[in-house]
Amino acid sequence: MANVAEANPVTNAGGPSWTRWLVVVVPYVWLILFFVAPFLIIFKISLSDYAQAMPPYRPLFEGVGAVGDFISQLDFENYIFLTSDSLYILSYLSSLRIAAISTLLLLLIGYPMALAMARAPTSIRPTLVMLVVLPFWTSFLIRVYAWIGILKPDGLLTLLLQTVGLMGPDQQVQIFRTDYAVFIGIVYSYLPFMVLPLYSALEKMDNSLLEAASDLGCPPWKAFWKITFPLSMPGVIAGAMICFIPITGEFVIPDLLGGADTLMIGKTLWTEFFGNRDWPLASAVAVILLIMLVVPIMIFQNQQKKVV
Amino acid sequence: MMRSPRFDATVLTLGFAFLYIPIIILIVYSFNASRLVTVWGGFSLNWYSAMWSNQGLMDAAWVTARVGVLSATLGTILGTMAALALTRFARFPGRMAFSGMIYAPLVMPEVITGLSLLLLFVAMGVDRGFWTVTIAHTTFTMCYVAIVVQSRLLTFDRSLEEAALDLGCPPVKTFFKITLPLIFPAVIAGWMLAFTLSLDDLVIASFNTGPGATTLPIKIYSQVRLGVTPEINAICTILIGLVTIGVIAASLTTKRAELRRVRDEHLAIRGAER
Repeated sequence: MANVAEANPVTNAGGPSWTRWLVVVVPYVWLILFFVAPFLIIFKISLSDYAQAMPPYRPLFEGVGAVGDFISQLDFENYIFLTSDSLYILSYLSSLRIAAISTLLLLLIGYPMALAMARAPTSIRPTLVMLVVLPFWTSFLIRVYAWIGILKPDGLLTLLLQTVGLMGPDQQVQIFRTDYAVFIGIVYSYLPFMVLPLYSALEKMDNSLLEAASDLGCPPWKAFWKITFPLSMPGVIAGAMICFIPITGEFVIPDLLGGADTLMIGKTLWTEFFGNRDWPLASAVAVILLIMLVVPIMIFQNQQKKVV
Repeated sequence: MMRSPRFDATVLTLGFAFLYIPIIILIVYSFNASRLVTVWGGFSLNWYSAMWSNQGLMDAAWVTARVGVLSATLGTILGTMAALALTRFARFPGRMAFSGMIYAPLVMPEVITGLSLLLLFVAMGVDRGFWTVTIAHTTFTMCYVAIVVQSRLLTFDRSLEEAALDLGCPPVKTFFKITLPLIFPAVIAGWMLAFTLSLDDLVIASFNTGPGATTLPIKIYSQVRLGVTPEINAICTILIGLVTIGVIAASLTTKRAELRRVRDEHLAIRGAER
């Protein structure tokens, strides 16, 4: 689709130079002010020290005259602390592990769904897309909350299994507040984000390739691995990145469904900020998380540029 | 792609069951007379009246609605401008960085966005509250709007726009008379997406809120941590109902507008041929 934009380089569609200028500059300045500038500040605060004051960090910027003094008080102490305490390293590793496993599970569940949608008759495809999108419109928090009632020991899953007879009346499902509950919550919440990019990649696919393969005697499963799957790679990468990146920093799901031993960096950052009120340390945690995610974010952006 | 329709049907049934059963259970239990999740105590609207008389919850709902409308409107204006900038101006300084700034917030973990914005507000000496949450929401929703509107701008027929410009219509007027009506379904869809994202957000709002600006998700979250109560089911059901009606209404209007547009184009082409 990028070709469409480049094939029609309309020079005057935006209007005289000042309106053109406005259309570009207003959103640009907004994003620099409220998206880029905060990252510079978060980096600066991560080099500060915790203080019992408001705001709870020192040094404070006290004018251009004292800038040398200000800079001399910044240091990498928080980062050194993060590497020395195994809690933080384990949190990062555990977040990456949970995000990777969840992304894999999402692919395994999302791919057959997207494929089935792409193969469905054209007339019902918009309805199927709508059915995938609709849960996404309902609140994230509500969807996670819905699982608490199902998974808790005296919840509906226990009741169901007891009624069916798979469980004795004195047994209970021990999933709530474990990593399993976190995986269920993540897969449930992110499934639409995985299915939609996969579907849009699979839907565009040219059927004649598969017909040619089958005419030449290629078995369907082989045709899938040789043709369908490679051609859907852009969708796979887009879906995987759209899920993997935010899951790594996820807070709500591990907090509501996970146990005390479910380590995730989003939860650690939240505790540092709201519990311990250590803003500089929370900033350092965020900066390292961001650095870890730079590569996936760049893969995602390249993919998007190709798709659009 | 003619392989095993039965397999496909099974996959879709299981997939949609997985997506919908928890939501349906949630809705059903909001009408439960019993406080216990596993005991069905008969049909009752008790929890709805309890919710209605819960002043804290109602105040939070009102704050959320105002933040949502304001940030969705601002986000839609900024996002539409950003989409125009990305699709209509092939080259301007920093275009690469600009598209990067549009895509990055879509995947950025909320804890990072929330914390960094908060630190900006503190550094600027702004008191946290209604406006800081609104600005925070505008910033991330405008990127979603930009993506939605951009995809419409990329696929639409430019000849009408060009005709208007050739006939001497000023560009700003062309935008409001020709372009905006044509992309309007996408703009509305973008607004709705922005509104629901704002309605939904817990993490970014928690960082950027202040006294008197408790939003509904913050309120729900603090109650959920205390335990599951049917009252929360009731408010969740109402939210789900509102959003579902909104989405279906929007998709029907879009479909009607699309049909009308196709018909108009046919008429125009036939008129031109004559």
